[in-house]
Amino acid sequence: MKFEGTVLTLLGVFYGLMGAVYWIWSKDDTGGVMLVGALALGLLPGLYLLWWYRRSGKRLRTEDRQDATIEEGAGVISSFPDSSIWPFVFAMGCFMGVLALVFGTWFAFPAIALGVMAMAGFTAESRRGGDI
Amino acid sequence: MTDLIERPVSTSDGDNVDHGTETSHHHDHHGPTGIMKWLTSTDHKVIGLSYTVTSLIMMIIGGAFAEIIRAQLVSPTSNLVSFSQYNELFTMHGSVMIYLFVGPFAFAGLANYLIPIQIGAPDMAFPRLNAFSYWLYLTGSITMLSGFLVGGGAANFGWVGYAPLSSAANSPGTGADLWICALLLTGFSAIFSGVNLVATIFYLRAPGMTLFRMPIFTWNMLVTGILILLAFPVLTAGLIMLYCDRHFGTHIYTVQGGGVPLLWQHIFWFWGHPEVYILALPFFGIVTEIFPVFSKKPVFGYRGMVFATLTIAALSLGVWAHHMFTTGAVLLPFFSIMSLLIAVPTGIKMFNWIGTMWGGKVHYSTAMLMSMGFLFTFLIGGITGIFLASPPLDFFTHDTYYVVAHFHSVVMALVMGALAGIYFWAPKMTGHMMHEGIGKIQFWFLFIGTQLFTFPLYLVGLHGMPRRMANYPINPSWQTLNEWGSVGAILIGISMVLFLVNVIYSWKKPVVAGDNPWDGHTLEWFTTSPPPSHNFLSLPPIHSERPTWDYNHPDHLAIEHNHKKQAKKSAKASAASDAS
Ligand code: HEM
Ligand SMILES: [Cu+2]
Repeated sequence: MKFEGTVLTLLGVFYGLMGAVYWIWSKDDTGGVMLVGALALGLLPGLYLLWWYRRSGKRLRTEDRQDATIEEGAGVISSFPDSSIWPFVFAMGCFMGVLALVFGTWFAFPAIALGVMAMAGFTAESRRGGDI
Repeated sequence: MTDLIERPVSTSDGDNVDHGTETSHHHDHHGPTGIMKWLTSTDHKVIGLSYTVTSLIMMIIGGAFAEIIRAQLVSPTSNLVSFSQYNELFTMHGSVMIYLFVGPFAFAGLANYLIPIQIGAPDMAFPRLNAFSYWLYLTGSITMLSGFLVGGGAANFGWVGYAPLSSAANSPGTGADLWICALLLTGFSAIFSGVNLVATIFYLRAPGMTLFRMPIFTWNMLVTGILILLAFPVLTAGLIMLYCDRHFGTHIYTVQGGGVPLLWQHIFWFWGHPEVYILALPFFGIVTEIFPVFSKKPVFGYRGMVFATLTIAALSLGVWAHHMFTTGAVLLPFFSIMSLLIAVPTGIKMFNWIGTMWGGKVHYSTAMLMSMGFLFTFLIGGITGIFLASPPLDFFTHDTYYVVAHFHSVVMALVMGALAGIYFWAPKMTGHMMHEGIGKIQFWFLFIGTQLFTFPLYLVGLHGMPRRMANYPINPSWQTLNEWGSVGAILIGISMVLFLVNVIYSWKKPVVAGDNPWDGHTLEWFTTSPPPSHNFLSLPPIHSERPTWDYNHPDHLAIEHNHKKQAKKSAKASAASDAS
């Protein structure tokens, strides 16, 4: 986690520095704002990972250790879905949604219906499936 | 249905069981079959293949548009298509190729299939989000292409959609709205793919698979994922504002209401230039997997490669306005310096690829030829890019065919990289080999066609021919050069037909590939072809970035690229223990 967090943080800091130089030199607010926004996009996940690393007592995970053996990782990884219809249903809702933006509001009705159905389905599925 | 997935067991060192044959006990899944399987699957392999096939279909559609464009340009006064049809064609050609083919192929097709396998994971981190991405991509593609069916035709303001040309007054048609909405869908699809890539690589690696043992392809996809998260939200925001301008009476990009048309260019290219690296990095990754395998050597300069990739990620956010030099409203020296700097890490990679082949036992398989074609063609694209990064030269060549040739060198190199990846990994995905003979013929058509197509365009660009014109001044030298360009385009078209022939041939006359047809290095060559559900029944020990190679060649272990540092560390440790 340490390295992952550091990479993101450093990238963010680099964008910030670049943004500062750029903003001062060019006085262009558009680019300045976007680069400083990129600073935040780097720091947010980067610092989160570093914070998490510290919180877990700076413990290295098996995937961070050079000498880890496959046996050490034994056990359950997580629960993974095999199949689910809801991503498709939700995407169809989004599809109808953009068609509403192009062809008229009446497409919004199937869009909302599909969206609600999919969200209910997703939730129920997550409740039911897995043992974790 | 969800399953608790356990880690695969280890295959202990040294024993020579053929791990490929013990598939008998792999657990069967009673999931849906047929079309329902396609609609409901959250398996990264199924989704990866769907992405790959869909994006290749998009390539064929976009390629067909290109052939019509080249046919039109054979003669300066041709009227094969009308002027407005011509505008639709070049817009949709660029849009289909960039938004619907190269990107999705790279960061969602091959990556989806390979990333979990290369790091020893059972699936992507968020399988249902992954499926959702695919459906957004498919519906987005349909939305964009349906522009041809509505009155007024498809979008016709170029793939960059510059304001104020894309305003409601200048482009009133439904096609323009479909284009915007399609990009909303595919944009979110890309963002979700980015989330999945980063989360998977951060959290699902097998024990011992440290970051600096990941295959370079995985490294590049990690950085691509990060760049997607930085760049795509900007484009999506820009598109929403464009939609508001067109329909809700805002004036963000229109001068009349106090808006700034140039803002669109800033936003678009703030996404657009990182995007060219989002497109390029996956293909850098593909060829970096292929060069070592067919040179029988580890990759040269692993750490240099990673460093170069991260540097590209850092710099690529600071170069966007090199597309806007001639607007007269951007800081020329800043963008010129940054653009020249970004050529340095790209150059490092070039030397590393050559260093990988240098002194190796090079085997000229189709995948290797395609990779070498990639290297050559990308080099030309990169070098001409450096010329464009110099404002005085760009003022001379901007919006001429020189620019068109520059990025076609680059993207045709990516097409070669894509085919290299298919020839290399198709045996893993299908369990069957592609035909090498047809593949090599295809390569030569593609390679020669590409150069025949781009070189005349560079020249005609230097002669001053502007891009995006359906007819051009009658001038014998321009016409000859355009004819040569069209000959090249025909050769490229033939090469794609040969590819389809190869696919059908290999499908009808299957040659079983086995688990590891190329004596590969990375984990995907350890499991079966195609891999079982959740990928691995057992894993080899991971001691270097070439676990499968180490397992198969215990007497030629890969030397760890950071062995010096480790040696120092252990020396220090033993010195410390001596002292105490
Ligand atoms: C060494 C790195 C590169 C440099 C210095 C560079 C530089 C440039 C410059 C300055 C332009 C603007 C030319 C103009 O409009 O007057 C340009 C255009 C373009 N480049 Fe590159 N480039 C590089 C690599 C790439 C890569 C890797 C890709 C794609 C994967 C790419 C794709 C494009 C595209 C699509 C355009 C044209 C956009 C348009 O106006 O439609 N370039 N490049
Ligand atoms: Cu650029």
